[in-house]
Amino acid sequence: MLMSLAGIVFGVGFFISTQAQLTGYQELFIETILGTDGAIRIEDRIQDSYVFVAASTSKGDRTNFFITDEKNRRFVEGVEHPDKVIESIMQLQNVEAASPVIKGTIQLESPLRKDNGQVYGINLDDHIAVSALEDQIQHGSLVDFRTAPMGIIMGHKMAGRLDVTVGESVIIRAIDQQRRFTISAIFETGVSDLDKTRVFMHMSAARSLLKKPHGVSFIQVSIFDRDHAVVDAEVIERVANHFTTPWQEREKSWMQLFKTLKLSAAITVSTIIIVSGLGMFSTLFMIVMDKTREIAILRSMGYTRSDISNIFLWQGAIVLFWGAILGCFLGGLITYGISRLPMPLSGIFATEYFQVNSTVWHYIQAVVAAIVIVMVASLAPARRAGRLVPGDVIRGTVT
Amino acid sequence: MSETTDLEGKSIALECRDLHKHLGEREMRVHVLRGVNLKLYQGEVSAIVGPSGCGKSTLLYLLGLLDRQDSGQILINGEEVPPDKDGAHTRTRGEHIGFVFQFHFLIPEFSAAENVMLPMRKLGRLADQEMEDRARSLLSDVGLGDKTHRLPSQLSGGEQQRVAIARSLANLPSVLLADEPTGNLDVKNSLMVFQSLTQLATEKGQAVLIVTHNPELAGRCDRILRMQDGQFID
Repeated sequence: MLMSLAGIVFGVGFFISTQAQLTGYQELFIETILGTDGAIRIEDRIQDSYVFVAASTSKGDRTNFFITDEKNRRFVEGVEHPDKVIESIMQLQNVEAASPVIKGTIQLESPLRKDNGQVYGINLDDHIAVSALEDQIQHGSLVDFRTAPMGIIMGHKMAGRLDVTVGESVIIRAIDQQRRFTISAIFETGVSDLDKTRVFMHMSAARSLLKKPHGVSFIQVSIFDRDHAVVDAEVIERVANHFTTPWQEREKSWMQLFKTLKLSAAITVSTIIIVSGLGMFSTLFMIVMDKTREIAILRSMGYTRSDISNIFLWQGAIVLFWGAILGCFLGGLITYGISRLPMPLSGIFATEYFQVNSTVWHYIQAVVAAIVIVMVASLAPARRAGRLVPGDVIRGTVT
Repeated sequence: MSETTDLEGKSIALECRDLHKHLGEREMRVHVLRGVNLKLYQGEVSAIVGPSGCGKSTLLYLLGLLDRQDSGQILINGEEVPPDKDGAHTRTRGEHIGFVFQFHFLIPEFSAAENVMLPMRKLGRLADQEMEDRARSLLSDVGLGDKTHRLPSQLSGGEQQRVAIARSLANLPSVLLADEPTGNLDVKNSLMVFQSLTQLATEKGQAVLIVTHNPELAGRCDRILRMQDGQFID
C-alpha cells in the first residue's frame, strides 16, 4: 500500500509540475506575441458583397432587392481611414489602445553588408501603448528615436547581420526611393523571425519611403481581457467592416501545439497514477483474500455488505487523501525548483530560466485524476469483500 | 407470527421447521439436511453430536443465518426470518444471535476489549463509554478483567477463545451458537471455556446450541441431539 501511496504522490506531483511548465512556456509565448503583434489586427477593408437581384411575379409585378454573397467576399488592401476606424473601435469596452502601422518591404545596406527586411511605420506613443516595444529595447533609447525624424529601431539579429550598432547609419531602399537612416535603438523580442527582419521608423518617414500618402497597412489593437479577443475581433469586423484577426486565430497552429503537448503530458504522467492504481487494486484484492475470515466474522456480528465494502473503500480514500495532499505539496516543490533552473532559450521567445505557471486548475486536474483512478481501483476489491458469504468462508476454514 | 412457548410453557428462542439444504453442484450435489425440526429454549444448553459430515455445522450456520436453506422455516423469538433477504439476516444476526467458532477469529489489530466492542459498535445502542464498560464487564466474567487491553497475539489459546465468548455475548443475543468451541483447546482450557459459555448464557437466559465431538462436554449439556445423515435420530 505504501508503494501505491508513493506512486500517487509522484503521479500527482509530476502531473502538476509538467502542466505548470507547459503552461509557463505557453504564457511566455502568448505574452511575447501580444507584446509584438498585439491582440487584434485590423487589416484589409471588406468590399460590399451585396448582389443586386431583379425579379418579377406571375402577375407581372417587378421587384428589386439585394442579397449578400458572403462566400465571395473581396478585400481592399489596407485601412483607408484609420482615424475613423480607431474612433469607432475605441468605443468598445475591452479595447485599450490602437496603433496604425504602415508596412513595407525594404532593403538595408550597411558599409559592410546588405539585407532584406520589413519596415513598420509607426506613431511611437500609439505603438508603445499596443506593444512591449519599450521593454524590448536592448541598446539605445526611445527618447533618441522620438527626437530623430530619420531614426530607426532595428531588431538585434538584423543589426548583427549588418554589423551595425546604435548611432551608426544604414541606407534603406524601397521601390525607387533610397534614404539614409540612423539607428536610434536596437530591440530584442526573442522571436528570431522578427529580430532579423523588423525595422521601426516614424510614420511620416515610412509614408515618404513607401510612397503611401494615405491610409495604413493595418491597425494593431491591444485589449484589457486577452481571452475576449475572438469576440472583440468579430465585433470590430462588423463595426469597422475590415478583416480582423484575433491573436488566437493568428497563432492557431502554435496554440494547437501547446494544447496537444499539455494533453500528451497529462496522459503520460497519468500512467504513473494508473500504475499505482493497479498496484493498489492488486494489494487490496490480496488483503480481501487474506482477511476473508475477519470479513466473515464481522458479517456474523451484523455488519452489512456495505459496511464491509466501506472498510476497503476507506482504505483507498485514506491513500487517496494522503497521496493528493503530499502529491500537491511535491508538485509545488518541483515547480518551484524547476523555476530556479537556468534555461537560456530564444527563437520563438526569449527566456533565461525554466518557465512555469502554476494554476489551481493543475492541482484540481491532478487530484481529480487520482480520485477517479483510486476509486476505480478500490471499488472492485471492496465489492468482492462485500459479496463474500460468511457461511462459505467459515465452513471452508473449519473443515 | 408463531407461538413462542411450547406445551410445557418453556419459551422458545429459536425454532426451525423442515429444513432442507443441499451442498455442491451437479453430480457432487449432496442432500446435507433432510427436513430438520428443532426448538431451542431460553436458558437451556443443547448439544448436537454426530459423525463428521452428518450436517451439524451446516445446520448451525443455517440457524445462525450465515447461510440460506433450500426450503423450510427459521423463526427467532417467534418471528419468521425470510430466507431470501440478506438485510433481514444481517440485522437479525446483529441483534439476536451470538457465535463462537472453533477458531477465535479475533481481529488481530484490535485489543481484547476492542474486539468485544465490535458487535456493540455495529448495533449502535450504547454510548462509547457504556460499550467500554460493558466490554470490561464481559471480559471480567470470563476471567480476563486484567487483560482487556491486550492484543490477541498476547493471549493464550484458551484466553483468546474466552474473548470470543465475551464478544458473542456483547449484544445480549437470544441465541448463542457454538461450533466446536473447544475443538482447538487442551482438556483444562476446554473445560474452562465450556463453563464460561454455559454459565454466562444460562444466567442471562439465552438459548445455547453447541456442536461438539466431545462426548464429555455434550454430557454436561441439558439436552443432547444426535444427528446422522442430515436428520436427528432421537
